[in-house]
Amino acid sequence: MASDPVLPFSSRSAVVCRDVAKVWAPGTPRAHEALRAINIDVAPGEFVVLLGPSGCGKSTLLYLIAGLEDTTSGELWSFGDRIEQPSPQRSLIFQEASLFPWLTVGQNVAFGLSIAGMPTQQRNEVARQALQRVGLTEAIDKRPDELSGGMRQRVAVARALAMQPKVLLMDEPFAALDVQTRAKMQDFLLEVWRASGASVLFVTHHIDEAVALADRVVVFTSRPGRIKTIVPIDLPRPRDPFSPQAEALRRHLTAQLQDEVDRAFAEQEVLAAS
Amino acid sequence: MVAVTRAAPAHPSRTGGPMLPWSRWIASITAVAPTVLWGAASIGLFAGLWEVLWALGWADAKLLPPPHIFIGNIADQAKFFNTVNRWQIGAGQGGGTSPPLAVLYTILATTGRVFSGLVIASLLAVSIGVAIRYFRVFGRLTLPTITLLAPVSPIAWLPVAIFLFGIGNGPAIFMVVIALLFHMVLATINQIDNVNRNLINVARTMGASKRQTYVRVIIPAILPQLFVVLRFNLFAAWMVVLVAEATGVGYGLGQVIMLARNTFNPSLVFFTIALIGVLGFLFDLAMRLAQRKLLYWVPQGSAVLRGL
Repeated sequence: MASDPVLPFSSRSAVVCRDVAKVWAPGTPRAHEALRAINIDVAPGEFVVLLGPSGCGKSTLLYLIAGLEDTTSGELWSFGDRIEQPSPQRSLIFQEASLFPWLTVGQNVAFGLSIAGMPTQQRNEVARQALQRVGLTEAIDKRPDELSGGMRQRVAVARALAMQPKVLLMDEPFAALDVQTRAKMQDFLLEVWRASGASVLFVTHHIDEAVALADRVVVFTSRPGRIKTIVPIDLPRPRDPFSPQAEALRRHLTAQLQDEVDRAFAEQEVLAAS
Repeated sequence: MVAVTRAAPAHPSRTGGPMLPWSRWIASITAVAPTVLWGAASIGLFAGLWEVLWALGWADAKLLPPPHIFIGNIADQAKFFNTVNRWQIGAGQGGGTSPPLAVLYTILATTGRVFSGLVIASLLAVSIGVAIRYFRVFGRLTLPTITLLAPVSPIAWLPVAIFLFGIGNGPAIFMVVIALLFHMVLATINQIDNVNRNLINVARTMGASKRQTYVRVIIPAILPQLFVVLRFNLFAAWMVVLVAEATGVGYGLGQVIMLARNTFNPSLVFFTIALIGVLGFLFDLAMRLAQRKLLYWVPQGSAVLRGL
């Protein structure tokens, strides 16, 4: 953007999506439109939840923001820079912890640092600190398969934190965990988020999770994914899931989502019949 | 700090305190005892059946000598292994190395060929397979030919082996390499294509280059399955090396089988077969132990089927 010093929007935004669209396998018979006309601005330090029926393209948006896939049209920006490829500033966390099974927990956390060429001693120290932030210092020499699902996911968070990302992209990170562990992990994530100051984009199809975590909930339509509505969650933290306001928000989000789920189902039935 | 309850580790045994040496010995003996006993029972069952058939007179001792006959006269059979001097004019059966040493040399020769072939084939196959995916043009140019050659029986390569390498270790090793190479290249490519996308994506978001992604993620991720492929191909390697040796590329167990055929010596055939069986089994065992050491992160055993 050397020829155009005036940016079209605030360069302070953590993530900016401008008319983002994604078509998979364009120009082939299998082409299908995943996302259409997505416009979101995420402020630094903001917690945004992307909520929608499964297959609505919300994970696709996360991959686009991570820089792992190219947009079909539209623009993505992060802190004033065009998103064109993956960057350690934007860490992605998956449903499965995706730890490298041949590395110890400490080596997993230090992986990105060693890619960046940081000396061993220094990166071990950073890894130890990152593990301390997720409460797993004593697991540093264990192997991933010695840990429970929740612990593994915390290691994945530590691995992301070690890179000091400005944006944490989380793709249904707690979906594979049991209900109790999930609740604990949500509290844990809020602590980590507050301490790190990073923005979080969190994909889920759980309304409870959205209300428990988000500053703003972006509700997606069924395929192709468009933004149906954006619901601010103005509840003070720590949040009481049983408060009347939380109840009202859940009711509102459920109503918003219900139409889309119904439409997605009807579409699938048509597809199955043809 | 965050207060999160700690789940119990998945493998409590690994986190247990240091064990005394003797108790560790007892533990490992009791751990392998069932395997050894079942192995003995399995072999005993078949050997016993054979002996019974012989005792009933159904198995002719001249054609199908039972184990106690062909193992009973090891000393007698061993002298046939002295193939080292066979082609020298004027050298009798008695000359040269002693019979037990001759057996040892023959075993070592064949084993050495299998082992060299395996090592060369694996290194070549992984290098070629990775190169095919890493350099797109290289892949486009070589993959069709490799796919074309993969179904060709290694036996068809035998004349080529002899044209190229004449007689000795060369053609036998070449045969082992050719028997494994194409399959293992295809297996390598298949493994690369099936590496968990998320592992690759994690590396990419952490800023790994293409080379770093291959060296630090893709290659370690494909090794466990490739080792399994190698273990299955081990048996193919043993078959091919015998064929190569039998066609006169020198001495070795295949040569002894050929000699037994030409001199109508069923005892020698079965003795050699037993020897090959034991060697193949030991090779497989050694590879499994190596796997446990090299690929320490791969879970062991078939616990999934327990309780069925």
